[in-house]
Amino acid sequence: MKARSARNRLSGRWLIAVLPYLWLIAFFFLPFLIVLKISLSQTAIAQPPYTPTLDLAAGWTGLKAFLGGLSFSTYGLLAQDDIYLLSYLKSLQIAALSTLVLIVIGLPIAYGMARAPGRTQPILLVAVILPFWTSFLIRVYAWINILQRDGLLNDALRALGLIAEPVAWLASDTAVYIGIIYSYLPFMVLPLYANFQKLDESLLEAAADLGCPRWKTFFLVTLPLVMPGLAAGALLCFIPIIGEFVIPDLLGSSQTLMIGQTLWTEFFANRDWPVASAIAVVLLALLVVPIAFYENVRSRQIEGR
Amino acid sequence: MSVGRKFSSFNLISVALGIAFLYLPIVILVVYSFNASRLVTVWGGWSLRWYAALLEDSALQEAAANSLLIALASATAATVLGTLAALTLTRLGRFRGRLPFVAMLYAPLVMPEVITGLSLLLFFVAINLDRGFLTITIAHTTLTLCFVAVVVQSRLAGFDRTLEEAAMDLGCPPLRTFLTVTVPLIAPAIAAGFLLAFSLSLDDLVIASFTTGPGATTLPIRIYSDVRLGVKPEINAVCTIFVAVIALVVIAASILTRRAEQRQQVSAYY
Repeated sequence: MKARSARNRLSGRWLIAVLPYLWLIAFFFLPFLIVLKISLSQTAIAQPPYTPTLDLAAGWTGLKAFLGGLSFSTYGLLAQDDIYLLSYLKSLQIAALSTLVLIVIGLPIAYGMARAPGRTQPILLVAVILPFWTSFLIRVYAWINILQRDGLLNDALRALGLIAEPVAWLASDTAVYIGIIYSYLPFMVLPLYANFQKLDESLLEAAADLGCPRWKTFFLVTLPLVMPGLAAGALLCFIPIIGEFVIPDLLGSSQTLMIGQTLWTEFFANRDWPVASAIAVVLLALLVVPIAFYENVRSRQIEGR
Repeated sequence: MSVGRKFSSFNLISVALGIAFLYLPIVILVVYSFNASRLVTVWGGWSLRWYAALLEDSALQEAAANSLLIALASATAATVLGTLAALTLTRLGRFRGRLPFVAMLYAPLVMPEVITGLSLLLFFVAINLDRGFLTITIAHTTLTLCFVAVVVQSRLAGFDRTLEEAAMDLGCPPLRTFLTVTVPLIAPAIAAGFLLAFSLSLDDLVIASFTTGPGATTLPIRIYSDVRLGVKPEINAVCTIFVAVIALVVIAASILTRRAEQRQQVSAYY
């Protein structure tokens, strides 16, 4: 009763929601409406480089002329030219395969961290978080030092006598995969670690006591218990990787054209704002389901705490 | 801590390999920033010449100053907005309009940056706002406020509401209760959120590239245009300084959060 009376005194507390709510509507929601609008426009040599533009001063007739000028022709363009479909598919392929690899190498790392002696765990945690905060760009750049033709990897392999001629690691699919897996590893390890830490060890002991082999315990007991962390980590990697720009741009070749690069080129090099917007709309439409799924996983984890 | 836990050699090897994988490229970068030779593969002894070269590069220093200023401004705005958003989520219960709010707040966490960058730029063009310092700051605030909200929200979730109720039962007005009881208790999370927002803003390339304008080149934009031309020892030196600054920020943040946890444990004894 007392708690309620105290809470009632805060009648104006909804005011705290006003500022962040308005900010997000203005700088998150409205911009998307504009992307949608421009994706329905046509390229023009003008400033801004598209038609129609909404002329509010012309009132009702201006609005009618504006609505009449919108069309889906840009989307037709996306469907006709193979380059768009191919870069969407390439992005999906790279994101799916790298997420899979991230799960496979993230699981033992997170598991090992959770089993480390209690005192060292906070240190290991900071050690994993530190690169996650360190510049994305710099971490990708660091790989150029290693992977380039006269770089350290070729030097090391030659010194070991494994290769005679330097291998062109850079500008290849391999380099893009290495860069992505390297950059996103903390995103996979952290949610998994949080789940492994909560894991009730007595369940594993019970399985062992009942004669269950260790690999079977892992798949039948451990894996289902850390599934929420696995799902969160996989989505935290998969969704941004699809739209990745920096990594394929610096480490990849023209063969590894991902959709983020296509959007970037359409916008910056070709100055084709309607096509760039249409790419963004299609990309977002593809990501709506995984994003909704991610928010669902997220909210369930918070409430389950 | 359960007794049954064993740290097997398999665990040790996987953690060691994982940490080595995460740190080796950065360590190599740092070491080679002190390389006297211009060639990446040739070790010419230790030298500070690339750091000295940075002192001559005034355009680079200007880019660094821009980045710091934008990071400071956007992190401050994001901390205020993110803290309010976290309070909204934890204190207002299931209010109408909560779902769209949560969706808008958390979507930037996973949203590909090219989409966020493009949409903000088109928005700034539509409202006729000149691109530059202000537009990057707004864009970074929007990007980072959700990170602040996540950090502060987790702190508020484990917050002892009876302290606030006690203050108000003793006649303390709500605003004053908030400022003298709530804020000091969640201050470490607010500070950690600020530092996270600061380092994210300092690091961002994609969104800044979309929303930048004449005279507002940030450090990542400058580094990116240099890197596209190939590896240069000067870039190794810039990156090393950059990594050192962010490492200091992260370590400060983790100490702050740790202290907050200890403080909460102490308050549990009362």
